[in-house]
Amino acid sequence: MKMGSAMKEVVRIEGITKVYQMGEETVHALRGVSLTVNQGEFVAIMGSSGSGKSTCMHILGCLDRPSSGRYALDGVSVENMSKNELAEIRNKKLGFVFQGFNLLSRTTAAENVELPLVYGGMNAATRRARALEALHMVGLAERAGHLSNQLSGGQQQRVAIARALAGDPALILADEPTGNLDSRMSEEIMDIFKRLNEQGKTIIMVTHEPDIAAHAGRRVTFKDGVIIDDTGPAQTAAKPGA
Amino acid sequence: MDILLPVKIAARALRVNLMRSFLTMLGIMIGIGAVIVMVAVGSGATKQIADQIATMGSNLILILPGSTTSGGIRAGGGSAPTLTFEDVKAIQSECPAVALAAPELRGTAQMVAGNMNWSSLVTGTTPALLSIRDWRLAAGREMTSSDVDTAQKVCIMGKTVAENLFGDDDPIGKQVRIKGVPFLIIGLLERKGRSAQGTDQDDVVYVPITTAQRKILGNAFPGMVGPVLVQAASQEQLAQAESEITSLLDQRHHMSATKERDYTVRNLSEILAVSQQSAKTMSLLLGAVASISLIVGGIGIMNIMLVSVTERTREIGIRMAIGAKERDILLQFLAEAVLLTMLGGFIGITLGVGGAFAISGFFGWPTLISGEAILLAVAFSSGIGIFFGFYPARKAAGLNPIDALRYE
Repeated sequence: MKMGSAMKEVVRIEGITKVYQMGEETVHALRGVSLTVNQGEFVAIMGSSGSGKSTCMHILGCLDRPSSGRYALDGVSVENMSKNELAEIRNKKLGFVFQGFNLLSRTTAAENVELPLVYGGMNAATRRARALEALHMVGLAERAGHLSNQLSGGQQQRVAIARALAGDPALILADEPTGNLDSRMSEEIMDIFKRLNEQGKTIIMVTHEPDIAAHAGRRVTFKDGVIIDDTGPAQTAAKPGA
Repeated sequence: MDILLPVKIAARALRVNLMRSFLTMLGIMIGIGAVIVMVAVGSGATKQIADQIATMGSNLILILPGSTTSGGIRAGGGSAPTLTFEDVKAIQSECPAVALAAPELRGTAQMVAGNMNWSSLVTGTTPALLSIRDWRLAAGREMTSSDVDTAQKVCIMGKTVAENLFGDDDPIGKQVRIKGVPFLIIGLLERKGRSAQGTDQDDVVYVPITTAQRKILGNAFPGMVGPVLVQAASQEQLAQAESEITSLLDQRHHMSATKERDYTVRNLSEILAVSQQSAKTMSLLLGAVASISLIVGGIGIMNIMLVSVTERTREIGIRMAIGAKERDILLQFLAEAVLLTMLGGFIGITLGVGGAFAISGFFGWPTLISGEAILLAVAFSSGIGIFFGFYPARKAAGLNPIDALRYE
């Protein structure tokens, strides 16, 4: 990152914990996680299953609330927001890319991309233009009218990325975006992410594959609910505990 | 937020599962159709009875001359001529709750006009009868009280008699010989159709009671009349009229506690009101049974909506992740349920109206399709949609986004 002191914090979490009750057992999924992500960063979150990386992702994505700790997204404190306010935040400030693509079936690519804009209350004409623009960015403009189930896995994931982009969010969250794809398609998807990052998009991606994580500028590793490693070429942030 | 958006999303979801949507609607379609057909049959029957009551006249009381007892053998009511024209006049003038009273002296007589002849019921009466029975003339003039006082040989005839004697010719001013006595035809009655018992009410000739007594239906008891038809001043005064008549006649006939009354007073309107009431009850019952099928249809919708929510949990999760609020999800599923029921409702109305016509066509039952029943059916079906759709919709909206996304 070459923005110096003017860098804007997109994500700032401090001392986040998450405790689940699984039947009789109490699970401490996160045991005090602090992380700051600046605008324009491409962060890979790594860790084995059960390390807490997915839980952290859900909290970052405002899909779940932390048991304690503070979270500011794009400068707005979200830890005390209601369900509806969180929905609004997800709609305006976040874009999701999931492992399983999660497109609506029997719905065209363009309609899928439009969906967040629909819930954002945008009028039909603007929303169609924005959707086509987003599809163009992932190289699928000519497939706008195809139904999602007529597309290949790689194409579906590109539609999902376009959907995440459409609302021009502050942060794109990708949860194992290449988990269901072969290596050639995975490269394709990572190229798109890198290009978007070069255009200034802030991206946080969860993955357990080191070669995929290698595409990211910064790698954060989780283990047993805490961050054990935080490295990256241009990373200035202190290591955990510091 | 686009108001129509939930409807559009719902319509798409229904189109995608066309067969299932149709089968779900079937319950509502049949329910609404059944309600409309049953209510149409019920109100048709009620209206038929009401029409028959209207042809009889309203607020009626019938006084029958009493029974005779000879040698310990009692004959039925009306077997003895105990009522006189004077009794009728007294009832008319002395009972305040009585609006009109008219005697009837009936007999069958052969009548001849030109080269045609016909046998019909001849009834001697007074001008009051036609107003009691709410019967108007199609042509000519009514009988007057001076016709009665002077025993004029004039008559008013029903359509059936006129057609049999004169065909299409106008009978007014012509002569008819009743039991050989020439009568001038002064009036032609409007057609009244069949009575509740199925007799032809138009096969009748009315003559002044006095003329009937003296010229054609005279019997061993001069001055006697047959049954007397009384109209009470209002429905509320029916009971009072009945008791006034009873006490007046008791007094005039010198009745005492030990003597059996020589006349019977019957409240006709009451009998008919009871039969109308039973028709109404039947119609209500039919409607209620049909409504049960409507509720069963509604439960079917709730069932399918619950399945649909479970099946589309992932879709709900995606929608929530990209910013759908609880309200958006609630409205989406509610709109789906309401759309299903309303669509089913409209098809059901078409089926119901068609079915009602088919029933009156094939079975000849009178049916009456009321706008109210249709309106009620539409309101009820959308109400069912909201009622039975709300629970599944709320279940969908209450899902936790991550749980919904993870759902396999």
